Amino acid sequence: MVTPLLEVRNLVKHYPQVQAVNGVSFSLSAGTCFGLLGPNGAGKTTTVEILEGINAPTSGEILYKGEPVGKRFRNEAGIMFQSTALQDFISVRETLQMFARLYPKNADLDDLMKRCALTEYVEQDNRKLSGGQRQRLLLAIALVNDPDMIFLDEPTTGLDPQARRNFWDLIESIKAQGKTILLTTHYMDEAYVLCDAIAIMDHGKIIAQGTPKQLLEAHFNDVILQLPEASFADSGDFPYPLHKHKGQVEITTQDVNHAIKELLARHISLTHLQIRSRNLDDLFLELTGKQLRA
Amino acid sequence: MFLKRFFALLNARNKEFLRDRSAVSWNILMPMLIVAGFAFTFNGNFADQYKIGLVNAAQAAGLVDTLQAIKYIEYIKVTDIEAAKIKVQRHQLDMLIDAPQRRYWINDESPKGYLLEKIILSSNAGPLQKQVVSGKQIRYLDWVIPGILAMNMMFSALFGVGYVIVRYRKNGMLKRLKATPVTALEYLSVQIVSRLILIMAITIFIFYATNLFVDYAMHGSQLSLFLVFALGTISMISLGLLIAARVSSEETAGGLLNLFSWPMMFLSGVWFSLEGTNPVMQKIAEVFPLTHVTAAARSIMIDGAGLQDVSYHLIILIAQSIVFLAIGALTFRWE
Repeated sequence: MVTPLLEVRNLVKHYPQVQAVNGVSFSLSAGTCFGLLGPNGAGKTTTVEILEGINAPTSGEILYKGEPVGKRFRNEAGIMFQSTALQDFISVRETLQMFARLYPKNADLDDLMKRCALTEYVEQDNRKLSGGQRQRLLLAIALVNDPDMIFLDEPTTGLDPQARRNFWDLIESIKAQGKTILLTTHYMDEAYVLCDAIAIMDHGKIIAQGTPKQLLEAHFNDVILQLPEASFADSGDFPYPLHKHKGQVEITTQDVNHAIKELLARHISLTHLQIRSRNLDDLFLELTGKQLRA
Repeated sequence: MFLKRFFALLNARNKEFLRDRSAVSWNILMPMLIVAGFAFTFNGNFADQYKIGLVNAAQAAGLVDTLQAIKYIEYIKVTDIEAAKIKVQRHQLDMLIDAPQRRYWINDESPKGYLLEKIILSSNAGPLQKQVVSGKQIRYLDWVIPGILAMNMMFSALFGVGYVIVRYRKNGMLKRLKATPVTALEYLSVQIVSRLILIMAITIFIFYATNLFVDYAMHGSQLSLFLVFALGTISMISLGLLIAARVSSEETAGGLLNLFSWPMMFLSGVWFSLEGTNPVMQKIAEVFPLTHVTAAARSIMIDGAGLQDVSYHLIILIAQSIVFLAIGALTFRWE
């Protein structure tokens, strides 16, 4: 069997009042993107910070390339925190140069700046960067040591939709280089697009783990029909579960043909009917009972 | 690898400081303004108490009683008349009276001495004969300048390092560095060296620049003086690091830094001599690095003392640096 690049065994972190992480185990194969999802307070940031070496675990084991994490891991890991202040009064280039000198091995800085679309701003003072530019610089810092293992903690939080999509492309290009990524995110669409495998955490434990497709297939065998609430005047004795949400009525069914027959029998207009398959948001809600961004 | 990381961080920190123009100009301007203020007004006597040394007081009890009836004057009994004369030269005593011989000494450069002379002569003490202290008389300005330079170094060291570290801890910059191969000792060494370079550059500039318009006493070696200042700066930066080792709120840091800097400013003998003050206060002052920097710098500048003469202060400064830095590095928190 191939040794996983990173293996976490029975990780536990207790604080005086809280059991933040309660026996978490998973492993990352080289060259994959692993998504760690969970509502606020689920323990995912604590888990990731233990892996990054920022926090010490109460118990448990973390193996990097088959060895306990140590100096090698520190040199070969790239980390992008959710929020990091940058040193004031120094430029993008100077910031990258400073971080590069902290590591024995470096990525080509010009190439890195090009890939992270920072070429235009290299002489810009860190204080004057926009949100998207800043996130790209933080990603470039995470890549400055040409890492094998990359941690991205909610990298697109706070970005506008276009900047998010651009950021996804960037992460895809990093994946294409064969790097291994651990991504925590609030966005299910992000996890679906980027991750080869995901784990959903709640109350300090992993409650589901697998590829997004596997998880959806394992938990759902139905689809959702959506209709505007206005056109659904008489819900009376409708034979399928109904759920009203933001002016829409959602009908959950395994038999679309029959559900539509029932709608037609009640003279409900199908003009605005939408049919969608279950997504990770539904899975998340089903498993944790919480909206992801609650 | 250590040096590469060290210089990478040092370089970035220096750039950050030097490009922050308001911080640089404030660091230079503030002590210049203090010195200029002193040179101009020449009456910055913070202690509103007069100190008179009394020789052989027991042999002329009548006269001593008369003198002691005058309020707001502190009398210090002295035995060594020659040592006391030097103290008059250096503003540690404002006047020296040899009661049995009915003689007194003052420093003609001392405004306090002048006023005391008027007060004593118009009292019921009877005629006293004026003696002038021999040798070069030291102005209050000459006496106070070493302390002002040291005090400026103290503020720059404590606040410059303490606040910067707490700010970086609060905004996550330190956490980001923790995720790199940088160690706490490397990071703290960078803070010391970076501040040391800046403080020494500024101090040397101020030393020469202010000397152009006030021409104060400098009887010792400039190299020895700068060595004293460098050791003092390291000791006070280490204290700043120790204070900031675990604090993560700027308000708490500000409070703690003030808690250390204000007593140091007033109890380290910068503005007035601790001669004759409460012995407990003198003991407390011994703990402050500023006391030793001020005393050593004053000896070098005013008396032309060599390094050997001030070695007691130097050893204490070195020991303090080691202790402060060791505790600071051991208790240092990145988050």
